[in-house]
Amino acid sequence: MSNYLLEMKNISKSFPGVKALQGVNFQLKSGEIHALLGENGAGKSTLIKVLGGIYIAEEGEIFIDGKPVAINNVNAARDNGISIIHQELVQVPHMTVAENIFLGREPMGKFGVDTRRMVKEAQSMLDRFDLGIDAAAEVYDLSIAQQQMVEIVKAISFNCRILVMDEPTSSISDREVEQLFEIMRNLVKQGVGIIYISHKMSELNEVCDRVTVLRDGTYVGTREVATTPRDELIAMMVGRELSNYYTRDHVKDTEVVFKCEHIDDAKKHHKRVNDVTFEVRKGEIVGFAGLVGAGRSETMQCVFGLTPGSKGTVTIDGRPVNIKTPVDAMKYGISLVPENRKVEGLYHVQSVAFNSTIEVLHEFINNLVVNTRREHEITQEFIDKMNTKTPSHEQAVTNLSGGNQQKVMIGRWLATKPKLLILDEPTRGVDVGAKAEIYEIMNELTKQGMSIIMISSELPEIINMADRVYVMCDGRITGCIDYEDVSQEAIMHLATVEGQAQDNTVTQKSGGKTA
Amino acid sequence: MTKVKRYFKDNLGIIAALAFMILFLYVFPRTHTTFLTKTNIFNVLRQSSTNLMLACGMTMVIILGGIDLSVGSIIAMSGVLGAAAVVWHGMPEIVGILIAIMSGVIFGLLNGLVIAKTQIPPFIVTLASMNIAKGIAYVYSGGKPIRCMTDAWKFLGAGYVAGIPTPVITMTIVFIVSVLFLNRTRIGRHIYAVGGNDTAAKFSGISTSKVKFVVFSFSGLMAGLAGITIASRLYSGTCTSGDGAEMDAIAAVVVGGTSMSGGSGKLGGTLIGVLIIGILNNGLNLMGVNSDWQYIIKGAVILLAVYTDFLRSRKKAG
Repeated sequence: MSNYLLEMKNISKSFPGVKALQGVNFQLKSGEIHALLGENGAGKSTLIKVLGGIYIAEEGEIFIDGKPVAINNVNAARDNGISIIHQELVQVPHMTVAENIFLGREPMGKFGVDTRRMVKEAQSMLDRFDLGIDAAAEVYDLSIAQQQMVEIVKAISFNCRILVMDEPTSSISDREVEQLFEIMRNLVKQGVGIIYISHKMSELNEVCDRVTVLRDGTYVGTREVATTPRDELIAMMVGRELSNYYTRDHVKDTEVVFKCEHIDDAKKHHKRVNDVTFEVRKGEIVGFAGLVGAGRSETMQCVFGLTPGSKGTVTIDGRPVNIKTPVDAMKYGISLVPENRKVEGLYHVQSVAFNSTIEVLHEFINNLVVNTRREHEITQEFIDKMNTKTPSHEQAVTNLSGGNQQKVMIGRWLATKPKLLILDEPTRGVDVGAKAEIYEIMNELTKQGMSIIMISSELPEIINMADRVYVMCDGRITGCIDYEDVSQEAIMHLATVEGQAQDNTVTQKSGGKTA
Repeated sequence: MTKVKRYFKDNLGIIAALAFMILFLYVFPRTHTTFLTKTNIFNVLRQSSTNLMLACGMTMVIILGGIDLSVGSIIAMSGVLGAAAVVWHGMPEIVGILIAIMSGVIFGLLNGLVIAKTQIPPFIVTLASMNIAKGIAYVYSGGKPIRCMTDAWKFLGAGYVAGIPTPVITMTIVFIVSVLFLNRTRIGRHIYAVGGNDTAAKFSGISTSKVKFVVFSFSGLMAGLAGITIASRLYSGTCTSGDGAEMDAIAAVVVGGTSMSGGSGKLGGTLIGVLIIGILNNGLNLMGVNSDWQYIIKGAVILLAVYTDFLRSRKKAG
């Protein structure tokens, strides 16, 4: 019994109308990284919140070092050495790193807060992990990955023994992920137990020892990561075999329908898009790969008319078009589903219907008449097409799961009947089942003649779905790879060539001329 | 039919509050004989009319995620400018009225322009224009009321059409136009979109600056209209009229269930909010409550109304 650092037994928790957790078991050894897997809504967050004292379970017991403990509030969790790093970072942006680490327990000197001592202590904590972060810097100036590191250091400064990390890698680049893993391995060596939540299956093998799978609020099982095939884990999560995770009938050498030449954001500072040229063929899925900050989203925003003053020419079916605003872009049949649906996409408090139809209001609002029936027809059409699960059209979109929100978003832009659909990170924060569905829909759309540009930081997705992959680095295209030749190594190589692109033109096979 | 049903369901809390107030005033001995008379009902509506005008503009501004503090001062300014045009410069009344309304529109346009083209928050921009408008009213009038007693001048605020007070008719027209504008035009939906998520609206190809410009201009127009209505009722352009009117409008909007964080709200709620505040004022007067105490009671009622609404919406969210 007592060889477990943490043991959660038979945990149940329900909300009005939903049983969020039913008799869930979870065991964490000291010195292990234990993954918690499950689709959105499987109960991962609820379990973590029970552990963190935010929710109180109706049934079940929690043992730490074999002794029963009562975790009735956040402070009790902290006193028991439990620290949670939430998906949304909760730091105060305009305070320094040191101030954030010591928030609420600042060391006091004779005249109030002893800033010097605080910075010194914070710096020594940061240096223990060799992070190269200045304790006196404002958090605002740090990258997201660095903010995450600060969060970890803060957690450890509370002498935490159980560290929970909720999707820490969802918004940082691969290189930074490596650094994060290094720190995690380091911590584990010191006897800390880590609970790791992630949607990225590829990370499991790299860093986790064991994995526990939840589905629909119930405990499915615990496995050793090293000896369990990925398909088995997916089947455990989804509850059925996903025969075809990636659905793609590749196309090759169809006619070129879109040509973007010399796209440039024409910015003097923080230049992100530098003379980018690419083309898209009919029925193609064109992948855009690269590290975070390589300028992929920014390029598409230039094409879509969102960046005032940007330069370059866009040719559609051989005719040059002039796109100055998103309205122009939509008129020419281009739609862009933005990267960050929370910030750039959703009207949170509004209904599914409002969110589905905001781009096509002209189809049912004219001359002071609102054709409500037409509004609901359009909404229903794309609910069906995307297989969105929502209790009603009037449901506030914020109450849907991540996957369903993303489906509403894609549906919204499909309603404009685009010829070119630009999807920026279409499966971020989307659970496995919904991911497979989105891939299937993408494949279906291209069969109907639509072309798709998919920006993605998930290499498996790019490798399996794209017909051609453009790789960007530092605002330039550094190469283009056909699906037959694509590999993780080839992409990473091109993604990290750092500014040599213009000199050594890396062109591979058809179509991918770089400027 | 279902629309009416839903309207009652959505606004159940405040409709209940309104009904309770009416019932209370009808039963209360001191007001029993006076409250539900035709004269008093028209009185309440007349007193509420300018607040409803402001609140229509304010509802849109708040749905947009903004606030317009300048409307109270614009009332004073437009009244003074309109009266001065007639009394001091011998212009016909209709010109004075148009000048008053236009001065409100111009302030609204300026508010909208600065808010659309810069990143300065609406709170600050309209705080500044509030002071400027107030200043103009004082400077131009020299701090004294400009009296204007002609029948044409009195028509808009104190006159009657077919036995109904003119401001009540103006209020009705304004409300219908606002409802059509907010619910039955594309730009109306765009107001919800921009207020709900500014960045998303940009990605949707909505011209957020155009929407902001239009909404703040509309609010200015409403303030100009309210200004001339009040000046007409008072038979004078006065630089102290409209003091605190912006707060009554905001209170009505918030009591009506529009969220201060933007993105949601309904004019139907605002209408009830205006009536609640109107009846509260009227009822307290009829009951002979000391005007100093009225402030305290009004504040408490506003807080209570918003709190019940908060409880209801939290229950709905699960």
